[in-house]
Amino acid sequence: MEISITVNGSEARHDVEPRTLLVHHIREALGLTGTNVGCDTSSCGACTVHLDGEAVKSCTVLAVQADGCTLTTIEGLAPSEEELHPMQQAFREQHGLQCGFCTPGMVMAATSLLDEVPEPTETQVREGLEGNLCRCTGYHNIVQAVLAAAKSGGGGTTVAVQQ
Amino acid sequence: MIPAAFDYVRAGSADEAISLLAEHGDEAKVLAGGHSLVPLMKLRLATPSVLVDVGRVDDLKYIRDEGDHVAIGALTRHRDVEISDVLRRDVPILAHATSHVGDPQVRHRGTIGGSLAHGDPASDLPAVLLALGATLVVQGADGTREVAADDFFQGFLETAVGEAELLTEIRVPKATGAGWSFQKFNRRAQDWAIVGVACVRRGDDQVGIGLVNMDSRPVHAAATEAAIASGASVEDAAAVADEGTEPAADLNASVEFRRHLARVLTGRALAEASS
Ligand SMILES: Cc1cc2nc3c(=O)[nH]c(=O)nc-3n(C[C@H](O)[C@H](O)[C@H](O)COP(=O)(O)OP(=O)(O)OC[C@H]3O[C@@H](n4cnc5c(N)ncnc54)[C@H](O)[C@@H]3O)c2cc1C
Ligand code: FES
Ligand code: FES
Repeated sequence: MEISITVNGSEARHDVEPRTLLVHHIREALGLTGTNVGCDTSSCGACTVHLDGEAVKSCTVLAVQADGCTLTTIEGLAPSEEELHPMQQAFREQHGLQCGFCTPGMVMAATSLLDEVPEPTETQVREGLEGNLCRCTGYHNIVQAVLAAAKSGGGGTTVAVQQ
Repeated sequence: MIPAAFDYVRAGSADEAISLLAEHGDEAKVLAGGHSLVPLMKLRLATPSVLVDVGRVDDLKYIRDEGDHVAIGALTRHRDVEISDVLRRDVPILAHATSHVGDPQVRHRGTIGGSLAHGDPASDLPAVLLALGATLVVQGADGTREVAADDFFQGFLETAVGEAELLTEIRVPKATGAGWSFQKFNRRAQDWAIVGVACVRRGDDQVGIGLVNMDSRPVHAAATEAAIASGASVEDAAAVADEGTEPAADLNASVEFRRHLARVLTGRALAEASS
């Protein structure tokens, strides 16, 4: 079946088998390997992307379900090649990552959270990241990073949408 | 993990979905948010040969104030239920319980209709609908019929929705100002309930209690409801919460532990709903 998805601002058309998972479509057909597969069972959030502006687990969505939708992956977040998105910057400054495997999913979940709750409390950040697992950091610095990004403003996706 | 091959058809309306289901018979399955079905298909525990995607049937996505009840379109996503002002005011237990379903990513995709039509005793929302005494609207080729929540859940992953039918609407009686409580016991943040209790107290002797994961289907704590109706104390009523249920043992809990949890959580729920 032919599908068309607006991926990080540009349209991408592909012929896919209906059983293709969105995450495989992203990594294999679109060549965007920033989105990771961690658990493959809807639990870890490593595969989190924005579908029509909201965080979803792309291992649990069929590519055909994304037909006609807008998709933002971690590659589409930064305003330019030279600059990081404020959320990425905050993860860097607050040491919100170690091995980095969970980071793309964490950042996508965190930006979606700030779109919905621009000034979250620490509890709201922890609950908002419930669907994302990290095996390294102990979460503390991730939570600090999201709070810092919220404080600095622009931690949501408005930056990506504007450009 | 990749699902077995299937044909994919997209329905533009409820009528179209129903005729597609009729055409393909028991080989076909409805796809709503996909957050129960896709994981099962990835594990090849479900291998439908046709998926009828109703995800774009936008006229089944609504939350309407209908006076004495709130009508919710079956394709309304968990996220929209969670943040609905009408539901927060008039059926707060439903908005609250929905905010405890999975995690934000799951709530962005999963629908209330999918959660109910799946018929999983481990799901949170069926217990809430039992406690509220909701009515479900099922549409088939010959029109619609209303099914009481009590008659809707018929067995493990079995509901009153027939092969070529669609769950279209959920009618929830308002519980404005009624006492309520939702108790979900789990080990980790995003997990399913090991046992859960939904409780709506509309008066001194009137309480509705639904249990999560205490039988092969979502059930009432019928003995507790009867005890409250005949004037028993919260403690005495909670002590019989597991009566008549047949919970299963699994990795998370033995049968005895589940029974214990049902009694303890029902006690907490009654206390909170009565305060
Ligand atoms: C990681 C994760 C955690 C979760 N945690 C919880 C939790 O804590 N508590 C909880 O209650 N749930 C939980 N869920 C399940 C979640 O609530 C699902 O969204 C929901 O059970 C199914 O809704 P859906 O729209 O995704 O349905 P789908 O997966 O699309 O469909 C489920 C079933 O219902 C049928 N169906 C769907 N819609 C209709 C309809 N309108 N008419 C007739 N048949 C229909 C389908 O054919 C299928 O058999 C979790 C899911 C995941 C992936
Ligand atoms: S890979 Fe999708 S949730 Fe883990
Ligand atoms: S930084 Fe290693 S999994 Fe999170």
